[in-house]
Amino acid sequence: MLIPCPLCGARDSREFTPKGHASYLDRPAEDAPPQAWNDYLHLRENPAGDTRELWFHGAGCGAWLVVERNTVSHAVTGARLAREVRDAG
Amino acid sequence: MRVDGRGLIDRSQPVTFKFDGRSVTGYKGDTVASALLGKGVRLMARSFKYHRPRGVLTAGSEEPNALLEVGQGAAMTPNTRATVQEIYSGLTVQSQNRIGPLDRDLLSINDALWPFLSAGFYYKTFMWPRAFWEKLYEPVIRRAAGLGRITRDASPERHEKAFAFCDVLVIGGGPAGLMAALTAAKGGADVILAEETPELGGRLLSDGQEIDGTPAAYWVEDIVKELQATGRVRVMTRTTVTGAYDDGSYGALERVARHVAPADDLPPECFWRIRARQAVLAAGAHERPIAFPMNDRPGIMLAGAVRTYLNRYGVSPGRNVTIFATNDDAHRTAVELMDAGVKVAAVIDSRTGVTAKGDYRLIEGGQVIGTKGRQGLRQITYRAGSRTDTLITDCLAMSGGWNPAVHLTCHLGARPVWDADAKMFLPAPGAVPGLTPAGSCNGAMSTAACLSEGLEAGKAALAALGRPAPQGVSLPEAEDDPGRTQALWYVEGKGRAWLDFANDVTTKDVKLAAAEGYASVEHMKRYTTQGMAPDQGKSSNINALALLADSTGRGIPETGTTTYRPPFIPVTMGAMGAFAEGHGFAPERRTTSDAAARGRGAPMIEAGLWFRPSYFPAPGETTWREACDREVAMVRNAVGVVDVSTLGKIDIQGPDAGAFLDFVYTNMFSTLKVGRARYGLMLREDGHVMDDGTTARLGDHHYVMTTTTAAAGQVMAHLEFVAQGLRPDLDVRIISATEQWAQFSVAGPLSRELLNGVLDQPIDDESFPFMACGAVKVHGVTGRLFRISFSGEHAYEIAVPARYGDALYRDLVARAEALGGGAYGMEALNVLRIEKGFITHSEIHGRVTAHDIGMQRMLSQKKDFVGKAAAARPGLLEPGRERLVGLRPVEAEGRLTAGARLFKEGDPHKRVLDQGYVTSVGYSPTLGHMIGLGFLRHGPECEGQEIVMVDHLRKVKTRVQVVNPVFFDPDGGRARG
Repeated sequence: MLIPCPLCGARDSREFTPKGHASYLDRPAEDAPPQAWNDYLHLRENPAGDTRELWFHGAGCGAWLVVERNTVSHAVTGARLAREVRDAG
Repeated sequence: MRVDGRGLIDRSQPVTFKFDGRSVTGYKGDTVASALLGKGVRLMARSFKYHRPRGVLTAGSEEPNALLEVGQGAAMTPNTRATVQEIYSGLTVQSQNRIGPLDRDLLSINDALWPFLSAGFYYKTFMWPRAFWEKLYEPVIRRAAGLGRITRDASPERHEKAFAFCDVLVIGGGPAGLMAALTAAKGGADVILAEETPELGGRLLSDGQEIDGTPAAYWVEDIVKELQATGRVRVMTRTTVTGAYDDGSYGALERVARHVAPADDLPPECFWRIRARQAVLAAGAHERPIAFPMNDRPGIMLAGAVRTYLNRYGVSPGRNVTIFATNDDAHRTAVELMDAGVKVAAVIDSRTGVTAKGDYRLIEGGQVIGTKGRQGLRQITYRAGSRTDTLITDCLAMSGGWNPAVHLTCHLGARPVWDADAKMFLPAPGAVPGLTPAGSCNGAMSTAACLSEGLEAGKAALAALGRPAPQGVSLPEAEDDPGRTQALWYVEGKGRAWLDFANDVTTKDVKLAAAEGYASVEHMKRYTTQGMAPDQGKSSNINALALLADSTGRGIPETGTTTYRPPFIPVTMGAMGAFAEGHGFAPERRTTSDAAARGRGAPMIEAGLWFRPSYFPAPGETTWREACDREVAMVRNAVGVVDVSTLGKIDIQGPDAGAFLDFVYTNMFSTLKVGRARYGLMLREDGHVMDDGTTARLGDHHYVMTTTTAAAGQVMAHLEFVAQGLRPDLDVRIISATEQWAQFSVAGPLSRELLNGVLDQPIDDESFPFMACGAVKVHGVTGRLFRISFSGEHAYEIAVPARYGDALYRDLVARAEALGGGAYGMEALNVLRIEKGFITHSEIHGRVTAHDIGMQRMLSQKKDFVGKAAAARPGLLEPGRERLVGLRPVEAEGRLTAGARLFKEGDPHKRVLDQGYVTSVGYSPTLGHMIGLGFLRHGPECEGQEIVMVDHLRKVKTRVQVVNPVFFDPDGGRARG
């Protein structure tokens, strides 16, 4: 599998480690109700199809990416820097 | 027997090898199979279950019968196909799966028992008594049924692995592959052409036919020259593409030196990972046997294989050959044998209305219904209409048609599509992105169609690469008749009819599976073991599923195929794992003091990828404990030196560095003064402890964090995630500096005295108090000094750029020795920290909270931080949780063991009554008994109580007292003083 790192170009997936769904970027506020924290920590979609995941380019530039890929076909359709995804809101 | 004037072998170079101890001479270019057939040897193997005598069925890598052990001793490789193994002088091969000589295998008794050994026999029979399974049934069955042996010793063979990249990967060097490669290369693409056999040409070398009016073999030679002339084609012969993976990745096994005598400078095999922008699959097709009664005798083989032996190796597998055909293609075998002067007894064609293509006896509407010949075919019985007759023959060439080799198109999950007219499964369109099937693997069954599809596939690959089609590549003229085929999967009759020769699966087994309800093809496969041998059913799966379809009253497309998975051929574990053994298993990280430590005789232990000294034996010491006790006392009484460079060192800079640390640590760091260090605790977002360590503030915007050795990588990724993903609002940059700095702990009452010997400016306790840090000059080199302690003693960590590490370490140890101290290792370091109740990842193992380790007060209430919300969950704050305690034996000589469980006194030692466990233990020479850390329900509330430690594994039971985890110097005066 190739991941198109916005900084390095298309690189072998073995340079990356996955963390899970991109919703992990949406950290609740400190005083959010326990249910919100529970959802954030423990409840993830597990789609058969398109998904957005966090990948760390640890053997490359050290960037955290939001990778769009399809869990059925393994097709990777895009990758953005997590920093920019956050900034874009 | 050899046939004059045929074959690509070099008859001027005889080659002698050993088969079951006998010398056999063939020619350069022979395989073991062709050389044996050339000498009239038909019996090459015993079958898996019934120990039936077997010869070759095929002439390629799909061979199910003729599996051999190649080589000797630990380098022996079992299950090598005689049809693939080329001969060389000195080669030694043995037949396998037998007791006694091959022609008198004692286990052939199984063949007489065949009525009892049907599918599911083992499941139904060897059920009781249960204990017999492991002790009696399984070993006996394994001995009797099976394939080659494995040696119990590590193989001395050293394989390679390698990576390759290309624009177009062409898989298969037959007519379609050659045209595709030529077209792509002439269009300017960089091409890898992978061919399984030693020669390019594919079936063109096996069948006597013409291209552009010249013999096909000459045309192949011309094309190979043209390919070389482009300078863009890397031809990889003896290379099988084994799997198709995501994004144009392919695995390939190259048999680099399996065809020559083993040499030290040649790897036997190389496993390639090839990354191709585009690929053309030109893998050809596998001929189908026909499942007629007693179709497994040596001498019965595929019609196409007979032509291969004749035209490629100059061998006729028989002197009087009969052909059993369902199609026009098989008639070629008769024509070519007769051309070569070999007698053809008859062609039995299952069809009617067929015309003979030569001067041979044609029996129309015929089917072979029986055979004779214990160790090799002698006679066949056939039925034609109402007539039954026999023929004397020593070779039966059969053909049920051809199955396109669609395997690689299915590796990403696609299923092949049934073509009802052509009676074959074809690749699903777009099955593997970027891969274009061409030629007979795509159902093109004439040479002209293969050439044409190859050309078009080459053009398609170029188009996908954005390149125009090349000029000057024209389509050659060749035979354009694919012939007609009748579907004949099996022949009813008396006696067993084999489907899967390798696993001894017969038509009866598949029918039985269907009758017993295993109607799904995947269930049938597992119940009968059809297609589960090393050949993975290449010759037999389609016949078996056609029979299953008939037995269950469904069609073939409704029945479907089993799943095709990589690898396409068996791959040795050694090739797949090349380099990943011994020192190649994982990278080895060594500190700058490694040579010095080894030079002092220190046994090294692994800490993650790092190597660290365990202890430093002194003259007269015979056990590690003596050295450890001495080193602990040395630190407590004088001074010791230990390399701590393996701890993670992370440089953190930026205007918001302090705010960032406040967010990743539970406690405050923005308030830390420049020139001071602080212990920090880091949680995961789920509220459990991730790591701990000290972080020093070197400047307003500059901190350096230390992590534990074990968690350095995890913490680095975590910090980057927080900085980039959770807090991009903070202006901070992070980089690992672990390998840039060599860092040594100098610990003990004399540590300052020692350091003042190497520092350009001496320090004192006033200018450099406990938890101070700052830049220093060490023999003129700029370094860093931290007054921190992991031993509980007055201690420092001194860091210099890594290139000075070796020199500084040797200097520090020499000075320590002059002061009555010296180097200490991991054992002593561990005892020193347990005496102080300092935790490591033995304690913060991922399931403990700050509350559990007594650090709840380090969770700041003034700010948000990672893990804060989750750590406040009531369940994580219960007093009854397993919490950190110290443990000491009630009797001074009592033994503590890490991993032991804790029970209340008087309770039975049962899981439901379990109160906790021991995490770290050591013998404290300071206290004169063992000490331990552990987790106990209600932990600190139990201090003073006596409980029981039980180690079920090591059979240790010790009465222990629960104590404060800080065993030594509880008020910390020694470190601060």
